[in-house]
Amino acid sequence: MQLTRRDLLVMGSVGMGATLMGALPAIASLTDDEIAKITGGADVSEGDLAITAPEIAENGNTVPIEVTAPGAVMVAIFADGNPVPNVASVKFGPMNPSRSASTRIRLAKTQNVVAIAQMEDGSFQKATSNVKVTIGGCGG
Amino acid sequence: MASGVKPRVKVPKSAAAGETIVIKTLISHKMESGQRKDGDGNVIPRSIINRFTADFNGQNVIDVTLEPAISTNPYFQFESTVPEAGEFKFTWYDDDGSVYETAKKISVS
Repeated sequence: MQLTRRDLLVMGSVGMGATLMGALPAIASLTDDEIAKITGGADVSEGDLAITAPEIAENGNTVPIEVTAPGAVMVAIFADGNPVPNVASVKFGPMNPSRSASTRIRLAKTQNVVAIAQMEDGSFQKATSNVKVTIGGCGG
Repeated sequence: MASGVKPRVKVPKSAAAGETIVIKTLISHKMESGQRKDGDGNVIPRSIINRFTADFNGQNVIDVTLEPAISTNPYFQFESTVPEAGEFKFTWYDDDGSVYETAKKISVS
């Protein structure tokens, strides 16, 4: 059988698809591993936890984000597309009424920013925000 | 990085008792992530601030563990209640063992 240009194109796109499918779960699992370390496999629900991040960040070196978690004792922030997914973990003391904090983070590329909150009763909540990054913030 | 580190903190001078105030903190630090390489292809070693805490009269307000994904010149904004007059104490812990401290007094009117 002789390979035509059309055959090659089809094979190429199938190959690309397979590579992408293979690569994506690997990245996601790195973040999932870190989340599992915190929760210990407990159920994670959606709740009052909110993460505020820009939809499009022009510069990945400083992306302003804010987490608000009423009733939380601890909030951990992850970026699933960074070489190291951990970003920060914030413990709130008794003097903090709103349980909110904002900071600036580095994002290597367009990705999800994930926040996991540990509530006062020991349960966990999760919030995700997608950020499009035009210039990456890691390496270079 | 022990040179050129300068903490800056913004706390209101006075507040009503029990009022919630907003605190802004920034410390100048290059936060070298350990991911970058220099011109010869060698990895530049990690050098970041790995912990930041704020306390009011000995009671904890916020305790943050920082990772390399925090931007240069780490900035934090958060809230605190002020039940009485006192002093806010802010502490940053560097990878090289240095500890940077600053304090701000607040009066209750």
